[in-house]
Amino acid sequence: MNLGAYVRRQPGLVVQPRMGLADPRAMRAGLRATRDAAAITAGTITLDSYTRVGDLAAIEYAMREGIALNGYPIVSHSPEVTRAVVDGIGGDDFPVQVRHGSARPQAIFRAVNAAGLRATEGGPISYCLPYGRTPLAESVANWAECCAILLDGGPGAHLETFGGCLLGQLCPPSQLVAVSVLEALYFHRHGLRSISLSYAQQTNADQDVEAVYALRRLTAQLLPDADTHTVIYTYMGLAPRTAGGVEALLTRAVEIAAGTGAERLIVKTAAEAHRIPTVAENIAALEHAAAQAAARYGTVADDPGEGQIYQEAYAMIDAVLNADADLGRAIVTAFRRGLLDVPYCLHPDNAGRSRSYLDADGRLRWAELGSLPIRAVAERTRAQAVSSAEFLESLSYVQRSFDAPALGRSTPAALALPEVNR
Amino acid sequence: MTSPDVRRPPGPAQAGGMTPAGGLPRPAVLVSSMASDSHTWNLIFLQLLLEELGCAVTNLGPCVPDEMIEAECLARDPAMLVLSSVNGHGYQDGLRVAARLRARPELAGLPMVIGGKLGVSAALSPAQLEALFAAGFDAVHDDRSADPDGPLAFRRFVAARVTSAGRP
Ligand code: B12
Repeated sequence: MNLGAYVRRQPGLVVQPRMGLADPRAMRAGLRATRDAAAITAGTITLDSYTRVGDLAAIEYAMREGIALNGYPIVSHSPEVTRAVVDGIGGDDFPVQVRHGSARPQAIFRAVNAAGLRATEGGPISYCLPYGRTPLAESVANWAECCAILLDGGPGAHLETFGGCLLGQLCPPSQLVAVSVLEALYFHRHGLRSISLSYAQQTNADQDVEAVYALRRLTAQLLPDADTHTVIYTYMGLAPRTAGGVEALLTRAVEIAAGTGAERLIVKTAAEAHRIPTVAENIAALEHAAAQAAARYGTVADDPGEGQIYQEAYAMIDAVLNADADLGRAIVTAFRRGLLDVPYCLHPDNAGRSRSYLDADGRLRWAELGSLPIRAVAERTRAQAVSSAEFLESLSYVQRSFDAPALGRSTPAALALPEVNR
Repeated sequence: MTSPDVRRPPGPAQAGGMTPAGGLPRPAVLVSSMASDSHTWNLIFLQLLLEELGCAVTNLGPCVPDEMIEAECLARDPAMLVLSSVNGHGYQDGLRVAARLRARPELAGLPMVIGGKLGVSAALSPAQLEALFAAGFDAVHDDRSADPDGPLAFRRFVAARVTSAGRP
């Protein structure tokens, strides 16, 4: 069951949840409901945080004490249990992907193989910087090993980059595109041939459309001999609090995917701002996205060609590839030199000298470039620094803009510090 | 990893232990995630909030191992420890960390607060809240608990126990 081949066969947008339930029976019911939804779907097993950081003792404790986990503990459940979760549901007509978020994922990859699953996601950069304090060089080595483990598990292996998301918000699109492409190249150099490249919806739809076209163009240029497709993530930052707000945001994500010819979309649910969603909330989101996609079938968005985002992404990829003949070492060197530098990322291996801001149209722009190799192509950055109030306003921009109509307000209220937690 | 990562905060104004107009040094506050939680936007947010409330903040970042939280508390002797968890494991992680810190006599009196989205579904149950207090927290702020006064309560706590403590 190869996720790439499955996606290629479908007549329309494939939609997929971010679903992960600790109990095997509940996980199985969630997969079945996903398969049976009124939509073209792929299944998801999202893993819990303890599995991600390798703290298996904490999982034992949680199970003993009846404390809920935030995902499916694939390493703690036996291979037989996970096979039974998928048995008769996952297959050629319904691929199931494991989503985790680990910079030390060897045990996870072995469990994926043992359960007969063939698709997962991540990357040496994107499953390191946003996911804790594992040194980048270690993550790069771990991910090389994991590519080999996955390929060892037999045919059908598929890897998706998480590089188009990183910390979920406030990273200008060109760097998301660059990291997504670099991770796909990394997978390719380590033997993978079926690869999907992610891009997460940001704050301005026109900018997102341009970014997805840039991603698709660079994919075609740099990975011509691989089986690739594009996967769009519905907004991964601070979510609207209202159901109406999330629905409108999801519709916007479908427009971006459908307009650019992206093949797959990961949805978000009405529960996003509050808690782990139920199966029913996931199905509602999948069916909403599918209906919106069907209504938009054949509408093509304008392709701005090799515009600003393409040029910036190209410059970053080029600089990284030139930093070392070995792509793994090149990635580590690039972060040390600030050739890649993710705004607001606290990871010790991130230079932390770039800054972003939102302009009046909600476009994400560079406020400070640090050592990013895009001075020649980037639009002029601002003179003034980003204040803490502006930072908080940018962080909640999507939440405010999409909640405002749902709350019957025309002007969204800013997330001021005194309103913490509201 | 032994040394903390004290990174530049997002805004231009770094409080960094400077002496405010009143002449008294700003109280040092430790902000930290716990071992399983990699979310950082919440940590940056709390850092900015506490700086605006007049504290000098050290932000330990994501996925902080229990022993590092303990070592940092012992080394820095902060005026308050603020633990933030949003991944849904905060209840379990908080119980474990509080028990560990309170077992050290040097930290018996440290004001200790936990907040965020502490469980994976609705608000914590009264029994779970009670367990967190019993483990040693002085205040618990779960986003989903009914208390509409939650955020104000945190500000009041900071004012009562930290920023005005020892001031005329
Ligand atoms: C961005 C994001 C991510 C990014 C994080 C990148 C990074 N390094 O930070 C990525 C994509 C990597 C990510 C990963 C995961 N995430 Co996440 N993430 C979010 C998201 C969308 C936004 C978070 C954000 O930007 N917050 C901004 C800050 C300012 O707000 P806040 O975090 O909500 O905190 C507020 C309050 O909680 C409060 N607060 C927080 N701490 C404290 C402490 C005190 C003392 C006080 C008084 C107040 C307080 O103050 C803040 C302002 O109001 C949220 C959903 C949402 N909120 O929209 C999910 C969310 C937090 N993630 C969630 C989960 C589960 C995960 C994962 C485990 C994956 C999974 N199973 O789905 C992994 C984490 C892995 C790990 N090891 O922990 C869940 C948590 C569920 C729950 N608690 O019930 C959420 C709620 C999404 C959901 N509905 O499922 N995530």
